[in-house]
Amino acid sequence: MGLSWMAWTWPTAAFFAFIVFCLAVMSAWEYRVPGGSPRRGVFGLDTTRGDRLFISLLGSAFIFLAWLGLMGTPLWGPLGIAVVWGLFVFRFV
Amino acid sequence: MNKTINQKGWLFVLPVVVLVAFNAIIPLMTVVNYSVQETFGDNTFFWSGVGWFEQVLHSPRFHAALGRQLMFTGIILAIEIPLGVIIALAMPRKGIWVSVCLVLMALPLLIPWNVVGAMWNIFALPDIGLLGRSLNAIGWDYNFTRHPSDAWFTLIAMDVWHWTSLVVLLAYAGLVSIPDAYYQAAKIDGASPWAIFRYIQLPKMKRVLTIAVLLRFMDSFNIYTEPFVLTGGGPGNSTTLLSIDLVKVALGQFDLGPAAAMSLIYFLIILLLSWIFYTLMMRNEEQ
Repeated sequence: MGLSWMAWTWPTAAFFAFIVFCLAVMSAWEYRVPGGSPRRGVFGLDTTRGDRLFISLLGSAFIFLAWLGLMGTPLWGPLGIAVVWGLFVFRFV
Repeated sequence: MNKTINQKGWLFVLPVVVLVAFNAIIPLMTVVNYSVQETFGDNTFFWSGVGWFEQVLHSPRFHAALGRQLMFTGIILAIEIPLGVIIALAMPRKGIWVSVCLVLMALPLLIPWNVVGAMWNIFALPDIGLLGRSLNAIGWDYNFTRHPSDAWFTLIAMDVWHWTSLVVLLAYAGLVSIPDAYYQAAKIDGASPWAIFRYIQLPKMKRVLTIAVLLRFMDSFNIYTEPFVLTGGGPGNSTTLLSIDLVKVALGQFDLGPAAAMSLIYFLIILLLSWIFYTLMMRNEEQ
């Protein structure tokens, strides 16, 4: 059975590879520094490292959707905002 | 440094991971793949980029379905959660009536969704249904197949009938877990019934109510079968909720690309709202 029914493309494969890479990095990080580094950040939320990854990814998805809905393509703008958002979440949230 | 030991425990989780991969992750990956392509059948796909997402985000049809979905979920949560708590408070805690009430409450939950839709469809028919005929007999020009407001009334009544029991059972489980000592202390202090509810029962029910709100939110946001069988999304598009619209696009029109983009936006909205609900409720619980 091939995988043609899944209709893979290089960009979507790269997207999922990035997600898997993030999970692998988080696992390695947890192995080196166990406990998840819980803290209360600027929004008053108690978050662990995993929560911060989730917030980063979910926030990034909505940044891309908002940009697409309001401005359209190309998507370099939201990519930059999403990276800044991710850094902000991991540093301050 | 407190390193986690017993990593072998992860091996026991492996079967669940494999199961979830097959029934959730792989289909989700496929939907992501479809959302950036166009197909004319025969398993042939053409790259279309993020065009489908743009189309869905600008679609008045999607906006209307999303609005109806949010309104439906908001209304049923506003009715089912307080009603469930009130019924749970009124239920007996001891004696033979406990079993009777619990069985009665569990009955609607045991009925399959399509059967609930069919039951309410017949029940509400204006010419032969008990509800429809009764409402017409008292002078209400009721016809859920013709009037959008009647269709909404029937849809919400059906959901409240079907799912309030779940909230009741969860709230009841929270109530019976409160030790008698709390009530005795309240009696000694001369607390009013409202004070007992506000400071003893409600805080003790918070955890189960969190689960109830989350379950009802996610279920009602994903609802398909019952409204589809009851109204088919009509009259017009008045009860076409997101899931019904999605199925129309995906299976009725076989537009896999737009349907996949719509599914992903739908999925992200559910994920965001569930996370907000969960975070707010957990924060309240800690406070």
